[in-house]
Amino acid sequence: MSESTIYELSQSGRKGITFPEPDVPLTPLPKDFLRESLSLPELSEFDVVRHFTNLSKLNYSIDGGFYPLGSCTMKYNPKINEEVARLPGFANTHPLQPIVSIQGNLYLMYQLQEWLQEISGFHRVCLTPAAGAQGELVGALIIRKYHQINKDFRRKKILIPDSAHGTNPATSSMSGFKVIPLASDAQGNVDLDVLKTECDETLAGLMLTNPNTLGLFDENVEEVIRLVHQAGGLVYGDGANLNALLGVLRPGDIGFDIMHFNLHKTFSTPHGGGGPGSGPVGVSKALSEYLPSPIITIIEEGDEEKPPFFGFYKPELTIGTMKAFYGHFGIHIRAFAYIAMHGSKGLRDIAEKAVLNANYLMTKIKKDYVLPFNRPCMHEFVVEGAWKDIPDIHALDIGKRLMDYGFHPPTNYFPLIVNEALMIEPTETESKQTLDDFAKAMKAIAEEARENPELLHKAPYTTPVRRCDEVKAAKDLILRCLVPEK
Amino acid sequence: MESPEGLKYTKTDEWVKFEGDLAIVGITDYAQEQLSDVVYVEFMAEEGDSVSKGDAVATVESVKAAADVQFPVSGTITAVNEDLGDAPEVLNSDPYDTGWMMKMKLDDPAELEDLLDAKAYDAYNEEREG
Amino acid sequence: MFTPHTPHEIDAMLKAIGVNSIEELFIQVPAKHRFPELNLPEPLTEMEIASDLKEISSANASTEDFISFLGAGAYNHYIPAAVDMILRRGEFYTAYTPYQPEISQGTLQAIFEFQSLMTELTGMDVSNASHYDGATAAAEASNLAYHYFRGKRKKIVVSRAVNPQYRETIRTYLQGFDDVLVIGDEETINDKIESQDLIPFIDRDTAIVLVQYPDFFGRVIDYTKLVEVAHAAGALVAFIFNPTALGLLKTPRAFDADIAVGDGQPLGIPLSFGGPYLGIFTVKDKFVRKLAGRLVGETIDHDGKRAFVLTLTAREQHIRRERSTSNICTNQGLMALAATIYLSLLGKEGFRQVANLCYQKAHYAAKKISALKGFDLAYSNTHFFHEFVVKTPQPVRQINLRLQDHWVLGGYDLSQAYPELENHMLIAVTEKLSKHDIDDFVSALEEVTGV
Repeated sequence: MSESTIYELSQSGRKGITFPEPDVPLTPLPKDFLRESLSLPELSEFDVVRHFTNLSKLNYSIDGGFYPLGSCTMKYNPKINEEVARLPGFANTHPLQPIVSIQGNLYLMYQLQEWLQEISGFHRVCLTPAAGAQGELVGALIIRKYHQINKDFRRKKILIPDSAHGTNPATSSMSGFKVIPLASDAQGNVDLDVLKTECDETLAGLMLTNPNTLGLFDENVEEVIRLVHQAGGLVYGDGANLNALLGVLRPGDIGFDIMHFNLHKTFSTPHGGGGPGSGPVGVSKALSEYLPSPIITIIEEGDEEKPPFFGFYKPELTIGTMKAFYGHFGIHIRAFAYIAMHGSKGLRDIAEKAVLNANYLMTKIKKDYVLPFNRPCMHEFVVEGAWKDIPDIHALDIGKRLMDYGFHPPTNYFPLIVNEALMIEPTETESKQTLDDFAKAMKAIAEEARENPELLHKAPYTTPVRRCDEVKAAKDLILRCLVPEK
Repeated sequence: MESPEGLKYTKTDEWVKFEGDLAIVGITDYAQEQLSDVVYVEFMAEEGDSVSKGDAVATVESVKAAADVQFPVSGTITAVNEDLGDAPEVLNSDPYDTGWMMKMKLDDPAELEDLLDAKAYDAYNEEREG
Repeated sequence: MFTPHTPHEIDAMLKAIGVNSIEELFIQVPAKHRFPELNLPEPLTEMEIASDLKEISSANASTEDFISFLGAGAYNHYIPAAVDMILRRGEFYTAYTPYQPEISQGTLQAIFEFQSLMTELTGMDVSNASHYDGATAAAEASNLAYHYFRGKRKKIVVSRAVNPQYRETIRTYLQGFDDVLVIGDEETINDKIESQDLIPFIDRDTAIVLVQYPDFFGRVIDYTKLVEVAHAAGALVAFIFNPTALGLLKTPRAFDADIAVGDGQPLGIPLSFGGPYLGIFTVKDKFVRKLAGRLVGETIDHDGKRAFVLTLTAREQHIRRERSTSNICTNQGLMALAATIYLSLLGKEGFRQVANLCYQKAHYAAKKISALKGFDLAYSNTHFFHEFVVKTPQPVRQINLRLQDHWVLGGYDLSQAYPELENHMLIAVTEKLSKHDIDDFVSALEEVTGV
């Protein structure tokens, strides 16, 4: 049962949403500039609603099931967030209105800045970056500009642990740096000896995810930071794994200079099938003036009679603007509500339960899967999706078979430093029952792998479509619907 | 797998065949296996271009990876295998023969020294797999 | 708050792990900094936060209560009820990026349809799955051009009539390339700001020329000559378009543009104080492998059934890592879905109607306002779509402040971004405004300028 595309469903002459005739005297259209034809589908409103309703049924989602996706923090998306983001007083404000007319928005953003600063230990936060990767770009550009302002032009090297997310090296290249991968030691920490050899006067900075993508808290993190600082470099923190640290550790406190937040991971804003996200960036005092523009600031202090008057501030050494306007305000509202509902105790509870769930699940799964790093994990852990004595089975096969058990596969093939990696992050909103069910499924699949590997090779069997021919997709590129000839 | 004799190999998985002052380059069987199904080949240099040892002259793209191909010597490109445009999968099925990628006229034949012979390359592969 | 653990379950879990308390799991965190006291307000219940946020939102003036003539990159269009109803389905908005096609066909097919609609709108061959917004899409277009020429062409030529925020974003994105120059927009030759002014900047060192269509001042200009000059010099051309305008106007492809980018906010996405919006990125076929961002392609599954998958992923950050040309990961999935639903609901007929209504109402407004004493149409010899510039008798800032007493949000004060355009207001009119609203605006303008 394939769902037809909107073009296939289209019927010539069918009308959907229509509008009134113009209520003003008419002006002739500019003849030389008119388009010849417009081939948009012709559907009724009902066609459209039914079509997208049916499409939605083909999707797995957090609301429907467990996503143990490492590094994605697939936690529950509270419904109140959706309500408040849609308040007309927020949703219907234009970004270029006079600031006196949008003090509500500026108050909210200012407060969010303050709260993120408090949570992370950074001196100042900018909310504009659109996603984590954009936040990383901010970080890399700040590092670059900082050294330039200090006339330190030799610093061209950025160190990135081999366990890092792909956006880290991509971002560094985009910023004109040379990327040097940094090996991990046998315990999964940054190898201090290797780090020492790279700490010289050409070092611009280090991009570090902590806990790292193995779910491990780097036992030497303070020393790592100290070494980089000593060599004159800056330390950027990839905040993707902040869920393990809420109320537990403030990265700013241990010396990180810059960090991005992923509101769509740690702060429950929805993933949307691939965005929108939001990637605010926090910096230390020394880097405050490098942040992107604009930041929300208090222009006039308030008193008992009236509230403060808020406005925009352009940092003196700003790296520039990352996009038009002020960031994903609709997402800021959701994160604001989330933090307001949790408070300090609630945030710490999130980290505690996230780490509890991960360790519990790890304890259950390591009975059947190889655990490359056998030490307590933080909010996620990595197992190998392969066994030496079953050479034909790969992480991919395990993931595909999990779908038949009603689960979304874990992150696979990442981090690169573990063979056939399966990265598992349960998050704090999953119950013990769900974790037990998942562990049961993983155990069953391990048994199937041994007894009937062919079953895994052809999995999944019960999903809306089966394994797809990705080679064909890349070779015979079909990237749009066929539009019927006029 | 045993790599063909008579060819030279690099640690970045290219093979090189020398015919006088001409060099022909392609990717090895090990490389195509790692990449899996090749879907696209992009040439970054064309006939007449001067390239230096280590310059990326082509990119081979599969579903899961994109790898750069380098000439391990310097020279001027004399031919590019245009057939790979329509049939990139030849790199998987016949990497050493019809899967040749580029030909060039060498600047300095003495640059061959860093290259591995078939036995050494096979040993290197075993080490990597281990 | 949303954690489900009972004390009994916690005990059982701790026992299974082999520790006595949750705190023990954090032993590796440096003791000195562990478990800081966060200075945050006491937590609120759902009922309380709902009430608080309602109050905060009411401190704003919004287009619910005010009639708005603001455009300049974000537009107040009517959003049909069905759009949000579909977006609110948990299967769409709580789904993850569709890396596992077997259980993501809903998202994947919707993106495929989005890509189709965008190429149809712009006349281009390929669209990606979205970018963050129009500004970053313009920046990525510049990035694409730079990599297309392998860094051998170092000039990015951009018109002063391109949205100032977009131009700044392009500069921000390219600052990592030491040798790149962004030029063409800094000269204030006169207040006419012609696209012809760009021609002297174009040479064989130009990677790309970027123009806006309609431009930031709402003008619809024939870029044929400019495109010819650029192509003759071997440079690429990018059009930054407004999607509503393309319901009526010739496509960027008709001008032979290589790249067409823009912001899809007008397509079913609320104003929301500037975000999240929707970057649209379309190109000619030959650039498909240079395209940053996700791409959905059609294929078949194991049983021969049609299926959609993310494709050409080898270009992306998670595979090419430091050799990828862009780092983009998360994009604007849900917003692309909104645009797809919007265009599906309106269809050919409805979308053309909206474009026509915007055009007609804007022209009516322009006529009436320029008839007021002290007001003049700034670029009267050029066509415009739904935005136009008027010269005002007093500073725009002053006018706008007084207009608020009339429940009107006046047009954009151009002097904020163009020092040469003091007393110039950029006015946008959409299908949402009635003749009555426009007449009210005109009366209000007359009154507040006391002329």
